[in-house]
Amino acid sequence: MLTVTDVSAGYGSFQALFGVSLAVAAGEAVAVIGANGAGKTTLMRVISGLLPASGGGFALDGRALEALPAHRIVAAGIAHVPENRRLFPRLTVEENLRMGAFIPAARKHFAERLAWVYELFPRLLDRRRQPAGTLSGGEQQMCAIGRALMSKPKLLLMDEPSAGLAPLVVEQVFNLVRRIRAEGFTVLIVEQNVQQVLDIADRAYLLDRGRIRLSGAAGELARNEEIRQAYMGI
Amino acid sequence: MDIYLLEAVMNGVLLGGVLALLALGLNLIFGVVDVVWIAYAELVMCGMYAEWWLTDSAAWPVLAASAAAIAFVALLGVLVHLLVIAPILGSAPINQLLATGGLLFFLQSAATLLFGTDFRNLGLRLPVIEFGDIFISLSRLIAFVAALLGAAALYLFLSRSFLGTAIRAVAQDREIMGLMGVDQRRIYLLTSAIGGGLAGLAACLLLLQYDVHPYIGLTFGPITFMICVLGGLGNMIGGFVAAFIISQIIAIAGYYVSIEASYVLAFVVFIALVLLRPQGILGK
Amino acid sequence: MTARLPAALAALVLLLLLPLALRDYFLHIAVQVLLWGFIYTAWSMMGRFGLVSLGHGAFLGIGGYVPALLWNHYDLTPWLGIPLSVLLAALLALVVGYPATRMRVVGHYYALVTLALSQVVLLSMIALRDMTGGSLGMTPRSAGRASWYALQFPEKSEFYFLALALWLAGLALWLWLERSMGSKALEAINEDEGAAAAIGIDVMREKLRVTLISAGLTALGGGAYVQYLMYVNPETVSGVGVSLQIVFAAIAGGMYSLLGPTIGALLTIVLAEGLRVAFGTHFIGAANTIYGVLLVLFIIFMPRGIAGLVEGLLARPGRPAAAE
Repeated sequence: MLTVTDVSAGYGSFQALFGVSLAVAAGEAVAVIGANGAGKTTLMRVISGLLPASGGGFALDGRALEALPAHRIVAAGIAHVPENRRLFPRLTVEENLRMGAFIPAARKHFAERLAWVYELFPRLLDRRRQPAGTLSGGEQQMCAIGRALMSKPKLLLMDEPSAGLAPLVVEQVFNLVRRIRAEGFTVLIVEQNVQQVLDIADRAYLLDRGRIRLSGAAGELARNEEIRQAYMGI
Repeated sequence: MDIYLLEAVMNGVLLGGVLALLALGLNLIFGVVDVVWIAYAELVMCGMYAEWWLTDSAAWPVLAASAAAIAFVALLGVLVHLLVIAPILGSAPINQLLATGGLLFFLQSAATLLFGTDFRNLGLRLPVIEFGDIFISLSRLIAFVAALLGAAALYLFLSRSFLGTAIRAVAQDREIMGLMGVDQRRIYLLTSAIGGGLAGLAACLLLLQYDVHPYIGLTFGPITFMICVLGGLGNMIGGFVAAFIISQIIAIAGYYVSIEASYVLAFVVFIALVLLRPQGILGK
Repeated sequence: MTARLPAALAALVLLLLLPLALRDYFLHIAVQVLLWGFIYTAWSMMGRFGLVSLGHGAFLGIGGYVPALLWNHYDLTPWLGIPLSVLLAALLALVVGYPATRMRVVGHYYALVTLALSQVVLLSMIALRDMTGGSLGMTPRSAGRASWYALQFPEKSEFYFLALALWLAGLALWLWLERSMGSKALEAINEDEGAAAAIGIDVMREKLRVTLISAGLTALGGGAYVQYLMYVNPETVSGVGVSLQIVFAAIAGGMYSLLGPTIGALLTIVLAEGLRVAFGTHFIGAANTIYGVLLVLFIIFMPRGIAGLVEGLLARPGRPAAAE
């Protein structure tokens, strides 16, 4: 479904990605793991159009997307749950969800999507009139995921969904990701929380200083000695 | 209570409505595009001339001329954004402020060139109505009610519609708007059009009470900026409240001393408040 | 440095001889350039600190009105009236500048507070119409001849030397400020107050100092301007347009260099006069219409002349952005 071919990118004179290639098939959950500063967030930003690639390209269902601005990539079917959630703090929960359904294709089905997201996350229904900035960390992550789901994306990008959350809440968030998977969404997820993400992913890539070092089935990587030592602290 | 003072207070409330409308427009633009349009009151002047010209020279009915003037100023707002603001969106705030300052010179002089420096008005003489012992001019009452309706329409648009929500969202997190499928440039244009439209509406309401001349913007432009800052730049509700506070100061001081002295007092109060509470009276 | 001194002396001689060569009209323009150059220089003393004032019309108005009022109503010579107005302007700058630096009022807020200040002066002058003539303006009572006591010189060439002396004094003060602080310290303050404080600069004191000097000098310029024109009205000294004009010219010319503000004065005055002559009185407003367009275009298409200077200065600490 998603193919990333030889993507390079950076900020000014600093290059963060060096010829990264990867693929995600429909229905899969694929994880990209790596240390802080390995280029994981940069990769996400390139795929969602926030950062132009300086080389290479990527395509969704065969349609090349690298030349499109971010707002057209959403319409093409990729939704991005950004790092640190980035909710609009003074908009209510429901207004945040409304923003997720901004693209014309989603706007038409706003009411039913809203009902669906509330069914998925009943907590959000309780809080719908509350400013998003007043939610707890876990609820904010629910809201951010719900917001991305409102566009019914073909591919959901998740950038560090567990970052900055208490351990108990991290567990909840990974349960959320499982729910999303169960709904049949294709997910590309970036995480530092290697052990848990490999638990829910089908396949994984190891990103190291801007290059793909290893790839394989998630279970395989979870047993890889190097990964266990360097990223799981075992 | 002194009946004339009561009248002054009433008139202050009525004036506050139109000032609030202007503060809403300016705050909207500042909150979304992050630019202070120093020439905002000059857009109002353009709207007043447009309405006057349409009724006077083209003999349009006042309502049609008003609608056309609002549309005209909305278009001007779009042009201001496209021609003046968009090319320098990334440069220092003071440059953006100065570019719209150049626009201020331009609009004033262009109006002088086109219409001369004579004072013009609609020639409407609306009756004065009596509430008990208080006399209120109908034109002020109409202006007040229309301003409130305009503000309410803006509120509904911003809180209920997708585009309105996006406008509020831009002011909170510019960078991720693309991830919502929102084209930021279009939101800027829409905001500039709405800001212009509000200036146009204010123009029509002001023309009910005042004559238009090329320098009229200078008489209420500065006070509009003060109101916006008092309410907290970009804070629309704050600006709305501040408009009524400032207009009360002007009305009451104007009753006791003189109209200029009342403006002096308003500016002094403004300076004192900003120096004591830089975040605005309603700021956090 | 060795080549600079002879060049400066040669320029000075040329400036001293100028009245012999120029007809009255051009001398009039030269006086205006010197006076406004002086005022813009005074503004830029603050501007280069990041204190962007949109309200110098307030100080200009005090300098313009106070001596004229004292002369007309109390027969007080401008030799006392002007220093009094300078003190008054500095006092006003202190009253506003002290809390502003204290509360760290910056950016848009600073610009708008100062704008409000100029409105206070403008509207006060209009409100005191019994003394000031209101919006119609006023004329200092004429001494009828050239008089040092009245500081009135009907001959343009005589006033030219006065303006030249004033302008030179302004440049000297600018240099003195630069030397006494060191340009490094200046930049440090503009860029990062915390860092400036860390290298031992009392940021607040320095900011207040330039604010007071700048306000006082602007009042001085206003006083000289009114003695020259023998007329003052509220809009021409304290209007929003004047304050914007000061900022525009100083920034366009380059507020970080000694002659930048004067270049700004030359540029804007020659441009405005040229347009006025080109269009005459047939199309009132035509000249200013084009002037306004040029202002906008200048800011959009010459970012190097404006923002470039600022950013260049910030990007390379320790080096003044423009050569003098």
